[in-house]
Formats: sequence, structure tokens, C-alpha cells
Amino acid sequence: MGVEQKLGNMGVATLKLEQAVNWARTNAMWPMLFGLACCAIEMMSAQAANYDMSRFGMELMRASPRQSDLMIVAGRVSRKMAPVLRRLYDQMPDPKWVIAMGDCASCGGVFNNYAIVQGVDEIVPVDVYVAGCPPRPEALIHGILILHEKVRGEKIKDWA
Amino acid sequence: MNDYLQSVVPVLVERFGLESHEFRDQVNLLVPAPKITEVCLALRDEFKFDVLSGQTAVDYWPKQEPRFHVVYQLYSLSNNVRLGLRVPLDGNAPSLATVEGVYPNANWHEREIWDMFGIRFDGHSDLRRILMPYDWEGHPLRKDYPLGYEEVAFSFNQEEVDQRKPRPKE
Repeated sequence: MGVEQKLGNMGVATLKLEQAVNWARTNAMWPMLFGLACCAIEMMSAQAANYDMSRFGMELMRASPRQSDLMIVAGRVSRKMAPVLRRLYDQMPDPKWVIAMGDCASCGGVFNNYAIVQGVDEIVPVDVYVAGCPPRPEALIHGILILHEKVRGEKIKDWA
Repeated sequence: MNDYLQSVVPVLVERFGLESHEFRDQVNLLVPAPKITEVCLALRDEFKFDVLSGQTAVDYWPKQEPRFHVVYQLYSLSNNVRLGLRVPLDGNAPSLATVEGVYPNANWHEREIWDMFGIRFDGHSDLRRILMPYDWEGHPLRKDYPLGYEEVAFSFNQEEVDQRKPRPKE
């Protein structure tokens, strides 16, 4: 049944503002191009034709942080790159979410040394961690769907 | 040894007073530090070793004298021959003349050696860190530099490790 069946005679639907806003946010979440290392290849292939991310609303990836909602940190972050990452995160307008894709972004991965940040949650607050080295495109899409569920559960008093 | 090298190496050894080590097909010449620029110039101009395919350094730490060897790998395109040069250096405030004037790609190689080992190159146009952040202290690839790993979090010490991790303020 389409939405016409629910509207009754007046063409009016009632729903909570939370639901409407969260639905709008999840269905058009634009990721920022932040592929740093090998996980970027899997992110690209998740965006490409076979495992399409545009089905989930991420039609395009914006290179500019000012025009994106979601930062998928794909790859290892070195100590030299860390302030740049923080600056780009600060330049994103609210509402924004962060997915730490892969092992290096979640916990430092195989690199336990002086040069790699041990988990990007030392720098930015992360919503979803996707494990894998690299995670398959399906795993990344699963992580994105989990983020969508998390966003759908957000309450109105958390926004402000 | 390659025929071309067989003709070149004795000339070099005699002219500059170098030592030559050979292992299988590889030839390494030990060059004293003051002579490196003229050796490289001669190799590039007269003997047609026109590509510096690699420049790096080795730290033989507990041994203080020499502590570092700076290794140059030269390649001759027209003859398809490779030659290695090694410059032994001391441990405290090691410095060496730059070969940036001879091979321009030594610019980044020498910046990396400065960053990782702390070997200064006199005459370099832009000697600053290239891999680590610009204000990093220490030279990571020296043997007495700590590994810098963080404690691995298993399920039994997960909470303790988590408390000590730095977190962003928001």
C-alpha cells in the first residue's frame, strides 16, 4: 500500500517530529571522501556498482567537509595526519557521525607503534566501528545500516 | 662482477683510496665522509652512474665507532649496472655533505635520513622532517629509540587500558 491509503480524505499524516527528522537524516546521509589507505579501496568498491551504497542514500561522496554528514575514516591515521583529521571533523556541520572503518581506524590495527594513532577515537568521537582488515564492502554496508538504526533511535532532546 | 664494473672499480679504488667489498654480483665501496661529493660527481659525470636509486642509513647501535653507515645505491642506465657506496659516520652529531647538487632526488632521501636517524647534511637546501610531524622530538629509526607501542587490551585488562587512553574533549 502506498502512502495514499494512509492519508484519509484530507491528505494529512501524523507522525512524531523525531521520526520524520531521523528518517530524513538517514536516507540522505552524504559521506565525506576520507579514504586514507587500503580501506579506501573497499570503500570505493562499496560505492561502486556491485555493492551500491546509493541504495542507502549515499548517492555521492562529498570531498568538502562542509557539505557532508558522515565521515568514514577508512585507513590508518598517522601522527602527522591526526590534526588534519580533527580539523576536518570540526569543519563538518552538525549533525555529523563518524564511522571508524577497518582495524587501523578502530584500534591501531596491526600497527602498534609510535607513528600510528591507536584508534581514531583518540581524536574524534566515533559512532560505529567496522572491524576487518579491510572490511568487505558488505561489512561496511552493514556498519552503515547499524548507524542508520542508531540515528533512527535518536531522541529529540539529544539534538540540541 | 659485471664487466663494466670490473673496469670501473679498480680505477675508483686507486683514485680515491676506497675499499671495495664484493658479495655475489654486488659491489660496495666504502667511502670516507669528506670525499663523498667528489666521488659522486666523478661517478655521475665520467662513469655514467646517473640515477641515485636509493639513499638510506643503517644504525649499528651498540657499536659507537662507526655508528651509522649512510648507504647510496647508484644505477647506470646505459650500462645497466648497480653500485653501492657506504659512508661510515660517528655517533655524536653525525653530519655529512649533501649530494643534492649531484643527484637532485637526494633532497627527499636526505630529509628522510635526517628525520629517522638524525644525520645532518651540510648544504642541504631544506632540511626538515618529512615523515614525522614537524615538531617531533627524537629520531625514530635509531636503535635506542623506544618502540612506542601501547599496551594491548585483552578482555581481562580492557577497562584499565581504556581509562588511560587519551580521548577527545567532546
